Amino acid sequence: MKQRPDINKLRKQAKQIRIDVLKMLAAAGSGHTGGSLSCVEIILSLYGYKLRYNSKRPDWPDRDRFILSKGHGCPTLYAILAHFGYFPKKDLMDLRKFGSLLQGHPQLGLPGLESSTGSLGMGLSIANGMALAARLDKRKDVRIYCLMGDGEIDEGQIWEAAMTASHYKLDNLCGIVDFNKLQIDGFLRDIKNIKPAREKWRSFGWEVFEVDGHDFKQLMDAYDKAQHIKGKPSIVLAHTTKGKGVSFIENKVEWHGIAPKPEELERALKELESLS
Amino acid sequence: MGKNKQGESTWKATRDGYGKGLVELGEKNKDVLVLTADLTVSTRANWFQEKFPERLFTFGVAEQDMISTAAGFALSGKIPFCCSFGVFASGRAWEQVRTSVAYMNLNINIGGTHGGISVGPDGATHQALEEITLMRVLPNMTVIVPCDTVEARKATINSASISGPVYLRLSREKLPIITKEQEPFTIGKANVLKKGKDVTIIACGIMVYQSLFAGELLKKKGIDATIINLHTIKPIDIETILKSASQTKAVVTCEEHLIAGGVGSAIAESLAVTLPVPIEMVGVRNRFGESGDPWVLMKEFHLMPEDIVAACERVIARKKKGKDKERF
Repeated sequence: MKQRPDINKLRKQAKQIRIDVLKMLAAAGSGHTGGSLSCVEIILSLYGYKLRYNSKRPDWPDRDRFILSKGHGCPTLYAILAHFGYFPKKDLMDLRKFGSLLQGHPQLGLPGLESSTGSLGMGLSIANGMALAARLDKRKDVRIYCLMGDGEIDEGQIWEAAMTASHYKLDNLCGIVDFNKLQIDGFLRDIKNIKPAREKWRSFGWEVFEVDGHDFKQLMDAYDKAQHIKGKPSIVLAHTTKGKGVSFIENKVEWHGIAPKPEELERALKELESLS
Repeated sequence: MGKNKQGESTWKATRDGYGKGLVELGEKNKDVLVLTADLTVSTRANWFQEKFPERLFTFGVAEQDMISTAAGFALSGKIPFCCSFGVFASGRAWEQVRTSVAYMNLNINIGGTHGGISVGPDGATHQALEEITLMRVLPNMTVIVPCDTVEARKATINSASISGPVYLRLSREKLPIITKEQEPFTIGKANVLKKGKDVTIIACGIMVYQSLFAGELLKKKGIDATIINLHTIKPIDIETILKSASQTKAVVTCEEHLIAGGVGSAIAESLAVTLPVPIEMVGVRNRFGESGDPWVLMKEFHLMPEDIVAACERVIARKKKGKDKERF
């Protein structure tokens, strides 16, 4: 098993990723702020600890794969991929610009990106295909991770895929739900209640872990435990705060699909930088 | 017409050629996989399953999941063939085909059987009349409609070696075998079956046979038709179409499919901006299918050789009228 990184180091990285993401979104003038900030720790604990990859060789066949099914959270993935050396950090400021590899929603072709995503509900099926392919090729160490949004799992295809993963006993697959409780139209409880989520996944044949999605230790523990579950897929229900880290963005439905204006960016950065 | 006069064995559904092609591919390439959505036997994927059970994946009645899973396979270097009825493969899962498959330009092949009203008794819900339209509008997508089982086998095998996605429109109803094993088949290259000077008939699928039959009827009327088997709707072989249209100056398109967005539209789009000759279109107009004997339906939907003959006469009349106008 890999050596776990120092939690304080991860926290510092998370702070930097949030700063990068806000700057990217502000530079782009559009994008999904709330759902990008909610999944920072979830993705960072994968690239900073759990995933086996080589950023100098993105096509290494024995690498682990990460699929961002909630494609609108891509600013965070882009910032993390740049942080871990897949492409220069300066490219981050080209987010959503014409001719950039950093498309508004992930497009295949960006180094380190495993699949185009953005139309919700498709990522888990794609992850299943990769998990089945790894099994066919007898790549026993390869693990596939797929991050979904909590609003995203309204999509029927997620549940088709959930059945497929348990039918094929895909224990090389680990799903994650960014449970930030908000979707575009409002709170999940008002728009389409997903509760009881734990029981839904369990009844579909999945091993369920429930964690604080901003707590690195809990996330890493869950990813480690999931790796040892045999004969069925695992899912980590990660409870998060939409817009995490910036008080005036947190838990605000209107921050789903907008970017900070220059003065808002300034306030947000001040708040983040004041953190230890 | 409609009954087999040469013996049943010479008539086969194009889905059979597809099933045969899959087995041959499976033997040659271990990366070829077959994915099914509860129609394993109906799509002839069971022939592959018998030989390579470990490479056939069932998804139950879940076409959307099947298509996106194929993307995961293809991103891992596999060559999946997804099998379902055309309505579901192209319609139910359209956005998965768009975003998981065509957008990433993956080597995923979709075999949609039960194309057209010749499906017969199952009726409108199961008679795909929209797949050519739905699939050809997608960038990167290749669309093939084989005219018989021999061509379907070749199309299936060739699809695997095209790096992007392919949609194969296949039939349930048995069709007469009109092409030969040794005849060339290249995706994107139309085959001219007969050369004539008066009118160009362009057809695909079951309508190729209908066109050949129509050619005989036209001959008796003193009309000499070129007949083109346009097995690949996209990319369209504009070179072959233009060459013939510039000689005959009259075109008839034939499809067992909605004309709207279908073969008629595809040819009209190409000719309108290159060589705007009169065109008549034989196909289904603004209508769903219905239950019935396949050949009763072919007649009801005006897809018979007589309908093609009438269209040829109309287009030739328009061509002559155009010439009359030029004279004054």
